[in-house]
Amino acid sequence: MTDNQDPVLLCKDLCISYYTRAGEIPAVVDFSLTVKPGETIGIVGESGCGKSTVAMAIMQYMGANGGIKSGSITFKGRDLTTLNEDELRSIRGSEISMIYQEPFASLNPSLKISTQLMEVPLAHENISKEEARKRSVQMLTDVNLPDPERVMESYPHQLSGGQQQRAVIAMGLLSNPSLLLLDEPTTALDVTVEAGIVKLIADISKKFGTSQIYISHNLGLILETCDRVFVMYSGEVVEEGTINSLFTWPKHPYTHGLFSCIPLPTTDKNAAPLKPIQGQLPLPFERPSGCYFGPRCDHFEQGLCDKDHFRMENVEGSAPDHRVRCLRYKDIDHTKEASGDTAKESLEIGKRVLNVDGMKKYYEVKDASLMALIAGKSVRHVKANEELNFTAHESETVAIVGESGCGKSTFAKVLMGLETGTEGEIRHKGKDISDIEVRDRSTKQIRSLQMVFQNPFDTLNPSHTIGGQISRVIRQFGIETDKKKVFDRVMTLLDTIKLPRDFYFRKPRQLSGGQKQRIGIARAFAGNPNLVICDEPVSALDVSVAAAVTELLMDIQREHKTTLLFISHDMSVVRYLSDRIVVMYLGHLLERGTTEQIFAPPYHPYTEALLSAVPIADPEITKRRIVLEGNLPSAINPPKGCPFCTRCHRKIGDICDNEPPQDQVVSDRHVIKCHIPIEELSKIKPVIIVPDESERIHAK
Amino acid sequence: MILLLLKRIGFMIFTMIVVSIILFLLLETGLTGDPATRVLGNFASDEQKEIWRDQQGYNQPVIVRYAKWLGNFATGNLGTSIRYKGPVKDVLLPRLWNTAILGFWTFAIMIPLSLTLGILSGMKEGSLLDRTISVFGILTTSVPEFASAVFFSALFVFGLKWLPGTSSMSDGFEFKQLLLPAMVLVVYDFGYVARMTRASMAEVMTSQYVRSAVLKGLPYRQVIIRHALRNALIAPFTVIMLQINWLLSGVIVVEFFFAYKGFGALLLEASLNNDIALLEACAMVAVVVAVSSQTIADIGYTFLNPRIRFS
Amino acid sequence: MTTESTTQMPSVGYGAAILRFIKSFGLLRESWVGMIGAVLVLFWVIVAVFAPLIAQFDPNASIQPFAKPGAVAASGSTFWLGTDHMGRDILSRIVWGSRTVLIYAPLATLSAYTVGILMGLMAGYRGGLVDDILSRISDIILSFPVLVLYIIVIATIGASGFNIVIAITFASSPGIMRIVRGLVLDLRNRDYVAAAQTRGESDWRIMLVEILPNARGPLIVDACLRLGYVIITIGVLGFLGLGLPPPDPDWGGMVNETRQMAMVFPHMTLFPCIAISSLILGFNLLADGLREISLRD
Repeated sequence: MTDNQDPVLLCKDLCISYYTRAGEIPAVVDFSLTVKPGETIGIVGESGCGKSTVAMAIMQYMGANGGIKSGSITFKGRDLTTLNEDELRSIRGSEISMIYQEPFASLNPSLKISTQLMEVPLAHENISKEEARKRSVQMLTDVNLPDPERVMESYPHQLSGGQQQRAVIAMGLLSNPSLLLLDEPTTALDVTVEAGIVKLIADISKKFGTSQIYISHNLGLILETCDRVFVMYSGEVVEEGTINSLFTWPKHPYTHGLFSCIPLPTTDKNAAPLKPIQGQLPLPFERPSGCYFGPRCDHFEQGLCDKDHFRMENVEGSAPDHRVRCLRYKDIDHTKEASGDTAKESLEIGKRVLNVDGMKKYYEVKDASLMALIAGKSVRHVKANEELNFTAHESETVAIVGESGCGKSTFAKVLMGLETGTEGEIRHKGKDISDIEVRDRSTKQIRSLQMVFQNPFDTLNPSHTIGGQISRVIRQFGIETDKKKVFDRVMTLLDTIKLPRDFYFRKPRQLSGGQKQRIGIARAFAGNPNLVICDEPVSALDVSVAAAVTELLMDIQREHKTTLLFISHDMSVVRYLSDRIVVMYLGHLLERGTTEQIFAPPYHPYTEALLSAVPIADPEITKRRIVLEGNLPSAINPPKGCPFCTRCHRKIGDICDNEPPQDQVVSDRHVIKCHIPIEELSKIKPVIIVPDESERIHAK
Repeated sequence: MILLLLKRIGFMIFTMIVVSIILFLLLETGLTGDPATRVLGNFASDEQKEIWRDQQGYNQPVIVRYAKWLGNFATGNLGTSIRYKGPVKDVLLPRLWNTAILGFWTFAIMIPLSLTLGILSGMKEGSLLDRTISVFGILTTSVPEFASAVFFSALFVFGLKWLPGTSSMSDGFEFKQLLLPAMVLVVYDFGYVARMTRASMAEVMTSQYVRSAVLKGLPYRQVIIRHALRNALIAPFTVIMLQINWLLSGVIVVEFFFAYKGFGALLLEASLNNDIALLEACAMVAVVVAVSSQTIADIGYTFLNPRIRFS
Repeated sequence: MTTESTTQMPSVGYGAAILRFIKSFGLLRESWVGMIGAVLVLFWVIVAVFAPLIAQFDPNASIQPFAKPGAVAASGSTFWLGTDHMGRDILSRIVWGSRTVLIYAPLATLSAYTVGILMGLMAGYRGGLVDDILSRISDIILSFPVLVLYIIVIATIGASGFNIVIAITFASSPGIMRIVRGLVLDLRNRDYVAAAQTRGESDWRIMLVEILPNARGPLIVDACLRLGYVIITIGVLGFLGLGLPPPDPDWGGMVNETRQMAMVFPHMTLFPCIAISSLILGFNLLADGLREISLRD
């Protein structure tokens, strides 16, 4: 790509507003963007920052209440804001296409893939059906879908999530557009599937010369796919630049803050704790005057930052296209301050609290198909958990890692007594609880084993006040019965989770996601439990909020010496906060060991793939790219041999297909379940390579 | 798929049998009053009642009687109507035919009308047309059939004198006489079907796949016809099939009001006159029609929905 | 933000709860459709409550047959809506009839809801065999054409206010059960339900305290629609001669008794029809308004 080419897209001083009954809500303010041919632009920001609105404005699909207030969007010399529906129609799908967050929702459930693909060229070009079909099949091959003819004849629900997204990408590329908009294209997918899609996206511009705008909340993904990046906060761009300049020398305090919130493979909960950004995102109609980030900024200066709204300016001494919206960026020396928070003391690991020994959980599924009835096999087993063995000690954080369907949630259910185990034992403080349902457990048992749930919008009952819900827990656990004492105890808990005391009277809908999650933590810790299961407690939260909630959990753990079982799919979060890791796949435990052991060879091949799939927001860290083929097998019909054999990149032969592998002990409590001998696995090079401190450009 | 079909049909037969047992218990046994008293009247002597019971086989065990009763039903022997002094079958069949004609015209008017209005208002949710149709629909659904019959009669029969006030068809079939009953039924029901269609259409129009169809640059007509309608009409299909069930209620009122010699009026007459054999036959016919239409609705729904069809 | 000392223990009062409930109706201002509905319903409620003050005649007294609307009675009072063939004042009968409707319809709806909610909670939350049995029963009841069911039930157990309530409960609780069951199936998978389970709450507490309050939105809308429908049913039964036994005023019955004379005396049938339609319209508009508001938040 050369600089003297005309830009594909030029957004100039764009202001977009939504008009509601409450009045005008400015969604995007003062947005300027140039996309050159073949270039990939990343737009990154937390939810509500206006990044998707920009994409919809480019497509000119704003809904009835959205509108462009001022500014222009010029695509190949034509201002899109002035075009009528017919002119827009000729551009949409043929010159600009879009890929969406949820592939399943964006495909029509009652039309075959072939129909949905072929109608794109048929609508825009004067070609025959045969020609359109030929091209569709070719495109499906180009997006690496195996057996494209079969995919053509499928309905969307017959494809897996990854296949669906590939089909949507094929649909977007069919008319060879000049610009492709990708709105969080991998957020709904599993990590190892995501890795494949990200690789495909990164190859698109090379293969087809398409310019792309990639919208994501994940800085790591932006780094892997984009040439330039725009950081948005509360409706405006706060910083833009090439990947290199912006990731190496972030200038805006918000950008810098974001980096401090992301756990990197170099960070650790004790040596360099995450440093959350204080406060929360202002609502669009509550934005402060001057700098929107002002109230949350450590470098805020009264009389300067809160006066007028100011524009982007070039960063002195950096690349010419590195621009920032901050009046004080020259005064702030980010290298001086530590990127993380001050170091905290690590905890002494205590005695054993939980011992899982050969735990199995099978579900019976009634197979109602005619074939099964004839064969007489109407009841089949779903092996949700197969032979789980691991232990957890006092003050220890044990992470259970795996993708969807790996059985981690089933294990949590058995542990909590919502289901009973089929075989084996789960000993909590010496007592087997695997087949005691929660209703048969004693209050003491119940309150010493609690859970923090995943979805902040779901974790609190919307009908009751915060105070009522926490009080109920306290009374139910028999901690206090006296009204006044219960109330005092709720107040103490609110103090612990750092929320104002008058939240007692609030209903959940008046709280933000992070605040709800804090209440969920308070509820779990109300009875001083010694074991708490955290089921992806921060995965639905924005990074800056997630960091704060993670730190809160760590602080409470430090104080109470609680054992945490942390269920997650995110290897970077796991790396950051856990002491030990258990890797699960299709109900099997494939590898367990300390965090250091898991993150260094010898790896189980699946662990290796998981590590490779972690997006890392640091340009100096390099990693080996391993993209897994195929889909996750169904738990009803698992492979006969090793559960991972259908996707394994290190498969050694028939033994993998036919015989289930045995545990191989690497060292004390580091176990790998694989047919490949440990000696072979030990020869594998590390996936993530972190340069030495001395070689790094900027001090981390 | 085949299994699903068999399952539905099996359930249909099961429902009919259960219903027949309930009907038998309600009407043929002493559970809710002596059938002999009901038929012969309060002033019949015990002796007369006993003779009647003996003749009608009421003194046999319940199970035997039920088996006989069911057997008669299955072979088409529906018994004798007391009121019409003749086989129930001869009374019932012409009445059913008349109601079928009324039902046909009602549906022939209602389906296109309510689907069109529903789709139009669902396409542009919140528009003036949408609001008008929706309020109009609520208005018509709020008027019970007998009330709208009164209103229409006042207007078209007594006021404008365009249409006849009764539909007894005493001088042979006359389409003019069918108009008022059909209109009453359509007016009461189209609002509901239109509203369901609207909801389904509006939901589809806000779905992501319609958005992606628009952003593919497809012509608006193609977005609506190929992408939206196909999904939006699945729900209304079921709703329309279930309206057959409703129609069986509606015709009772309308046929009674307009003296139309149909099935609904017959059923009411039978119940008001304690004509047990006739009432049983009518009720069974109603249930058979209702349950079969539901079964067709269920099967049709699975057939229209590829997510169920191929899994 | 409140400081430590200012956060007081809450005083639990029913007054506040009632106030909140009334306030929630203030939201109706946002929907003019709902507002009209509320006004119509309120109008009939007031008429029913103050029936003795509004009606100038005994509704069952035969005073002067076939009087036209506006005719003046011997007593000096006016028959604003005329009299019927038996000389009873139609306005007084409509006013007293509103009492009949507004007593039996809510009673029947409430009773159907109690049964339907309990069945729905059991079927949805417990699942398994309980669900299978309850669902099959309701499928069978729902497969009957409604009016046929009413006619058979009323024909066998006889017509009375109480029996009408029984019949309506029998016929509509399966529909309510289906709605509740659907809502529960969704709500029982929420994390707050799991949280309640993991702290060892009893099933009934989870059903009634954790789940049911969150299903109230759709249920209130449905209750309004169903009330309208129950009023239609009571009217239709009256019209078919299966309603309340005479002589108590009943709107449907009034139409039935006088419809043969509609050609000559249209006022006898028209006014009761307008009365019943307006009340049903009120409930339907109210339901629509409530739904519109609930969709906004």
